[in-house]
Amino acid sequence: MDNYVSVFIDGKPIAVPAGTSVLKAADMAGVRIPRLCFLKGIHEEGNCRVCVVKIEGQRGLKPSCRTIVTDGMSIITDNKEIYDSVSTNLEMLAGNHKFECWKCSRETSCEFLDLLRRFSVDNRFSEDGYKHKEIRINDTSKAIVIDSSKCVMCGRCVSACEKYTGLGILNFNQRGSKTFVGPAQFHSLEDAGCIYCGKCIQSCPTGAIHEKDEIKSLERVFRDKSKTVVVQVAPAVRAALGEEFGYKIGSNVEGQMFAALKALGIHEIIDTNFAADLTIMEEGTEFINRLKNGGVLPMFTSCSPGWINYIETYYPEYLDNLSTCKSPQQMAGALIKTYYSDKLGVKPQDIVSVSIMPCIAKKAEARRPEMGRENYRDVDIVLTTRELARLIRHRGIAFAELEPIKPFGKLAEYTGAAPIFGATGGVMEAALRTVTEILEGHSTPVEFTEVRGLDDIKEATYKVAGIDVNVAVVHGGRAIKTFLEMMKKGEKQYHFVEFMGCTGGCVNGGGQPIINAYTQEKVDVRALRAKVLYNIDANTPFRKSHESEAIKAIYTDFLGEPNSHKAHELLHTSYEKRGFYSK
Amino acid sequence: MLSRMHILICGGKDCLSSHSKELRDEFHLVLSELNLLDEVRLVMAGCFGLCSQGPIVVMTPGETFYSHVTVADIREICEEHVVKGNIVERLLIKEPIDKAKIKNYSQLKFYDRQRRIALRNCGQINPTDINEYIARDGYLALGKVLSTMSPAEVVAEMKKSGLRGRGGAGFSTGQKWEFAAKSVDDVKYVICNADEGDPGAFMDRSVLEGDPHSVLEAMAICGYGIGSHQGYIYVRAEYPIAVERLNNAIKQARELRLLGKNIFSSGFAFDIELRLGAGAFVCGEETALMASIEGNRGMPRLKPPFPAVKGLWGHPTNVNNVETFANVPAIFLKGADWFKAIGTEKSSGTKVFALGGKIANTGLVEIPMGTTLREVIFDIGGGIPNHRKFKAVQTGGPSGGCITEAALDTPIDFDSLVAMGSMMGSGGMIVMDEDNCMVDVARFYLDFTVDESCGKCTPCREGTRRMLDILNKICAGNGTLEDLDLLESIANMVKDSSLCALGQSAPNPVLSTLTHFRDEYIAHVVDKVCPAGVCSNLTNYTITDKCIGCTKCAKNCPVSAISGTVKQQHVIDLSKCIRCGACKKACPVNAISSKPLPKEENK
Repeated sequence: MDNYVSVFIDGKPIAVPAGTSVLKAADMAGVRIPRLCFLKGIHEEGNCRVCVVKIEGQRGLKPSCRTIVTDGMSIITDNKEIYDSVSTNLEMLAGNHKFECWKCSRETSCEFLDLLRRFSVDNRFSEDGYKHKEIRINDTSKAIVIDSSKCVMCGRCVSACEKYTGLGILNFNQRGSKTFVGPAQFHSLEDAGCIYCGKCIQSCPTGAIHEKDEIKSLERVFRDKSKTVVVQVAPAVRAALGEEFGYKIGSNVEGQMFAALKALGIHEIIDTNFAADLTIMEEGTEFINRLKNGGVLPMFTSCSPGWINYIETYYPEYLDNLSTCKSPQQMAGALIKTYYSDKLGVKPQDIVSVSIMPCIAKKAEARRPEMGRENYRDVDIVLTTRELARLIRHRGIAFAELEPIKPFGKLAEYTGAAPIFGATGGVMEAALRTVTEILEGHSTPVEFTEVRGLDDIKEATYKVAGIDVNVAVVHGGRAIKTFLEMMKKGEKQYHFVEFMGCTGGCVNGGGQPIINAYTQEKVDVRALRAKVLYNIDANTPFRKSHESEAIKAIYTDFLGEPNSHKAHELLHTSYEKRGFYSK
Repeated sequence: MLSRMHILICGGKDCLSSHSKELRDEFHLVLSELNLLDEVRLVMAGCFGLCSQGPIVVMTPGETFYSHVTVADIREICEEHVVKGNIVERLLIKEPIDKAKIKNYSQLKFYDRQRRIALRNCGQINPTDINEYIARDGYLALGKVLSTMSPAEVVAEMKKSGLRGRGGAGFSTGQKWEFAAKSVDDVKYVICNADEGDPGAFMDRSVLEGDPHSVLEAMAICGYGIGSHQGYIYVRAEYPIAVERLNNAIKQARELRLLGKNIFSSGFAFDIELRLGAGAFVCGEETALMASIEGNRGMPRLKPPFPAVKGLWGHPTNVNNVETFANVPAIFLKGADWFKAIGTEKSSGTKVFALGGKIANTGLVEIPMGTTLREVIFDIGGGIPNHRKFKAVQTGGPSGGCITEAALDTPIDFDSLVAMGSMMGSGGMIVMDEDNCMVDVARFYLDFTVDESCGKCTPCREGTRRMLDILNKICAGNGTLEDLDLLESIANMVKDSSLCALGQSAPNPVLSTLTHFRDEYIAHVVDKVCPAGVCSNLTNYTITDKCIGCTKCAKNCPVSAISGTVKQQHVIDLSKCIRCGACKKACPVNAISSKPLPKEENK
């Protein structure tokens, strides 16, 4: 037991590995010390002072998250002094917090509110009505709102931005009680070079950073008789939505999800999965053409709008490497307003195209000027998974009691290649299933397990039609930078690289249900949700996009062939360099 | 060429702002007219410390000390003193109390009890000329260290001296060096913390401006001791003269190869660069300082790991403040035993204090540890002016506490000040008299820390602000007894659970005044009166029968609220009075008092 030390947690002895924090040691002893700013591996600054404990023989109170155990250390996790200190601290935070709980994005997942309840915090300061912070709301971006009136200054978002994306868009401005979080000088997020991955939102313990809320816009549309609402749902949504209704992390709620949409009054439900299969046809064909005709290689995937923001802002020199394919959301949107509009016999202007996405960046993507035509947008409203859950709750729909349904109509069919788009490596695997078969001219394996899993950068080489095809899969802003710098300096010729803005891919997108810091420590949400998608894949009769009858039908009926003129017009796009801090 | 006479003109910041540069120009002009420039050497020296008497000119030999010198006096000094050897009596400095004129500056009580180690060269040499430093044994200690001592011996000597950090908490400098020396890394750093931020404290500035080489030499000695080859001086950008003189000193030291590669042919290399701070008080905290050097927002981080293990850019780093370093060359020249013999057992050496507030001799004093507060305030400082009564002395800057009359005979050292609820800090010493409202004093200091909190940890960011709110409420006359309890409980919470020393000590002014001057707080919240007559909402001035009818109060009243005839007791019209206190300050016989009005009038 050389590497173990004995400590006493509230009098009870326990041996823990040397170097363990007091917080962790208490966890091991079954004592859950309250915490606010602590986010394991991301933000361990010890600044909220909610996790303070008394170390016998030491002056003052110590933050347990940053105090390392020593042999024989006696730790008191709760006594009157600690209780008073923590509740006074929380009360002062509450005194600077604007309580608008009924309209808060964090109505069921507010870690701050949980603490206020746990400590029966008084509200003396708030009753004074005097807030020290100047209320600053940064509402200028297309997707994210920073609302300093709710910020508890834990700094989790600042660290998350730095550590997940490597960009450091967010930091502290001003000092003392006037401190607030935001881009430098409170520039707009867009101008600050934000890619809208939403890791800040996922890290926030309260509602100080949130997606631009579009629930009310949708509620208004529902009440407009002249409009037909068509909704599409991204693959990753079904792997997480249940968490908002008490399901275990890693539950597939596809059937209830569609039932809930129906219960909301939406009749035209399609599945973004269909567009994912379509993406493979277009992107796969594009890749084969580049490979055969000496096009720009490696080809980069283009389904993740967070990644598109990243490359347009920070690596514009690689824009020619990007596939010209739109993301599945925008492919589906374009089809809704053309093909589907014709089928329904409704003018595109009268269709409201709604997408449910696990993503923040999708909100901004839908607003790109090129994503529409003749004065209408292909996607009008983008709700995150969380917003959908709130809408379902607000309507009083008992989610867990819903009978699962399947949506009708061809644009809701999909192969197993589509749902895995929602996990890192999924787009690559789906593409390889189709590309290898086309190039080889005969049946090829279904699974490419080398590109699965949570390593930041995954690489593999496949021999396809006599060529060693080098592929890579990269996810999360920080890994993107590492990979591109490595690629720039290295000799290796890559052929095809999948990039996603969020670590883990869409299952861990910025719009997904928020997992509190404590649970984040215990489980890897990315893996649990990804498993749902791989299970769907494994249980689907057809697992290669080009085998889909629905896909074959849309090419016959409408698009012609992959990369046809019409396909280019509707399903492909272009990119442009964008500056930051340029305004 | 040797000169028969040196004229030292104070080039400290106070005297410079009283135009001492123009004195030098005038001296130059007159001396050249008299054809004396070859015989007399003009020196723009560092701070003499007695700032209240500036601009100061000292003539040697003879150490004649002229105070409040103006350009118009220069010709007389030259013609009388320089040419004929006659002292210009009218310019001689006077003792503040008995007004005795002092010819020789070592006779001044202000200097009499001082012992100058850190300030040994301030006011004695031209800080822009390395040769003047060398002439006073400058760089001799470094030479001795490099040629006769091993790094381990350097650290051991430092430990033996008992020197404790002059910047705040008073941690053993030798131990700090030892920790850094023991950390294994090819890259280590020495940092001089010159981010002097306490309001009213300027000892570091005086050293940097008056004797910059002593810091450079000390940093090189430290570098040799701990195994570092690179030093940084983190100095406030608001100290432009210090920055200029440091840059000049580094350049001169490099030219003479006292910095750079192979110093004293020993093979030891050490160089120093400046880093400018942007004026955040919290950057005086060493982890925040390092964050700032690294280009990040200056916010402290938790310790451990200590800088000696993981400091600047992750490498072992030793951080000492300016005054600490200024002691180092003297210690290595004269030996640890010599230094240890000065001061008290647990606090060896001297300490520089910046005397300010209600005291006759404001300025810098360096005294052996163990001197009592009474000696500093009444003997060296010349006591309280205007016949006012001493009330309290606040030490340790904005984070210090207030000490009362009862504790004046306690010998000053690191531990005794802490025991009295205050601290050494960087050495600010503000004297308060009966005209100071202690609630207002607490509010003043808290106002500073509220602004200077970095905003990182909750207790400091939110707690100091809430405390200030309560103090504002009390001073405005709206406080209650419950507010006092709340104030005290927040203060204790902030003290116990803040992240860095700034937050942990920010409540000191509040807690110490609550302890020693609770009656004043009670007067504010219960009787609704400010006994010192400072808080305007709680003050009503009246003129007592001590009034001699001198009319000074009436002349100084900005709203003509005072009436009366000469040699008769004057009267204040309370309906006109704006409670600014100008009359009270002007009164030579302390005849203006601030008493509570009867309840019905107080409405």
